[in-house]
Amino acid sequence: MKGWLSRLGLRAIMLGYLAVILVGPLAIVFWRTFEDGFAPAWDALTTPETLNALKLTLIITAIAVPVNTIFGIVCALAIVRRRFRGKGLLNAFIDLPLALSPVVVGLSLFLLYGQDGWFGSWLDERGIDVLFALPSMVIATIFVSLPFVAREVVPTLREIGDEQEQAAQTLGASGWQTFWRITLPSIRWAVIYGVILTTARCLGEYGAVAVVSGRLQGQTETATLRVQERYEAFDLAGAYAISIVLALIAMLVLVAMTVIRPKEEAA
Amino acid sequence: MSILVRNVSKRFGDFVALDDVSLDVESGALTALLGPSGSGKSTLLRIIAGLETADWGEILLAGKDATALAPQKRNVGFVFQHYAAFKHMTVWENVAFGLKVRKRPKTEIAERVDELLNLVQLQNFGHRYPAQLSGGQRQRMGLARALAPEPQVLLLDEPFGALDARVRAELREWLRQLHDVVHVTTVFVTHDQDEAMEISDQIAVINHGSLEQVGSPRELYDNPASEFVMTFVGDAQPLGESLVRPHDVDLLHEPADGAVEAMIVRVTLLGRDAKVELHNAEGSEFVVLMTRDQFNAGGYWRGQTVWAQPHHERVFATSAGDLESVSS
Repeated sequence: MKGWLSRLGLRAIMLGYLAVILVGPLAIVFWRTFEDGFAPAWDALTTPETLNALKLTLIITAIAVPVNTIFGIVCALAIVRRRFRGKGLLNAFIDLPLALSPVVVGLSLFLLYGQDGWFGSWLDERGIDVLFALPSMVIATIFVSLPFVAREVVPTLREIGDEQEQAAQTLGASGWQTFWRITLPSIRWAVIYGVILTTARCLGEYGAVAVVSGRLQGQTETATLRVQERYEAFDLAGAYAISIVLALIAMLVLVAMTVIRPKEEAA
Repeated sequence: MSILVRNVSKRFGDFVALDDVSLDVESGALTALLGPSGSGKSTLLRIIAGLETADWGEILLAGKDATALAPQKRNVGFVFQHYAAFKHMTVWENVAFGLKVRKRPKTEIAERVDELLNLVQLQNFGHRYPAQLSGGQRQRMGLARALAPEPQVLLLDEPFGALDARVRAELREWLRQLHDVVHVTTVFVTHDQDEAMEISDQIAVINHGSLEQVGSPRELYDNPASEFVMTFVGDAQPLGESLVRPHDVDLLHEPADGAVEAMIVRVTLLGRDAKVELHNAEGSEFVVLMTRDQFNAGGYWRGQTVWAQPHHERVFATSAGDLESVSS
């Protein structure tokens, strides 16, 4: 009886907490967006500036996610399977983006690529725009979303051990074949999960991009920046509508994951 | 194909895993590397496979220097204690792996895999995943997988170590039969002397990273080269100055030359054998085994004082290699 009660209590606390922290705000955003029907929301979304912002976010994500996926897998393999000097340092550095405020990341990029920065004048002479343009935004996003794939893959690699890889070697598989046929399939769920977290982080990035982009409307404004801009311009419908799109993409990714997962596990 | 190990040494930090080991493995034979855990036997096997590199010495496979050769190029089959099954592949795909990476034609792969699954009696399990198999079945799959690319050498690292006693005994017998059919040079690592004695043609006893003795099971039992081999292969106990096997002691009713006075403290009848436990004058215990007939003819009883005379005993000098064997 007591166990039953405490279990129920625990459940109530957990669900209540989730409702207040997660579901509540999300529900309010949904409600506010469609308060006056679909038309105002649709209109707010289809302005050229907003469409451009969404497109820009998707482009940045489409570049940053593959780059960080490959980097994350290579890093995880190096950390778990190799011995080299500076491994501890690498391990610590991977977590740096989690510890650093994105604004600081943005500022440091500013210092590097700004006109007085280390690379700034060199790039300027060659007519390459980094700051207030796509390159710096991509770099900032890659930086802040860097740790997720590696952090997911490292424990999985440790857990599966290297016996399967050794078996593949003795069976004549080259390093490349071993990676594609044995290692990657074994860590695929960690990679997928890392990709999802990376994607979410890229879609939601605000601080670092805000600093380096210059927030030029219709040019270097990403979806999150656009939400802030609309909010400040008292266009709440516009801000809510873009928020909804971002939330929907995030949920879509999560649903996609839960849909594929059970099938694989049953095998 | 023969395997030659020449003066191989290997350290892990300060730990000496192998110290100047040289070993000839006969072509086509079933050889056991026998030793207690931590003796270096698995390290030696892994060096032969190319999964570890020796700090010193060389490995020759079929007369060719393979010391610097990658495991992929050695054409060895390796069976792991914990199976190392490819968990995301079916049994069929596991066995086919070594052929697929060699880009063999599909029909050839299909034929070979089916043939091997028949050989290891897993013909009805091809579509299953390793997680759906028992430990014994997984290890048979591991064996089929290792044999698929037709390796020159088959290496097994404690292949039955993770299995329960009954399955272990079954698979051991089955490996012997398999070897008689396939005839591939086979080396397996074990810490179980019964396992080594029962199925191998040749046993190499390893202790503390050094080779103690190499020989047939019978040679090892009858002519152990060291105290370690004598105690590790078969039972042995100290009696007076020497080591003696429990079967090699006569119990006399009168004092005799070289006989030790002792008192019978316990008698156990084990089917056809009788086990007699004795105390000598210093109070140390030893065991004598004899047949029931000998026991009955001797007229022994508990509490009786007898003289234990070894008819086949060994004295090993403390330094290795220097030994003396006495038969009387």
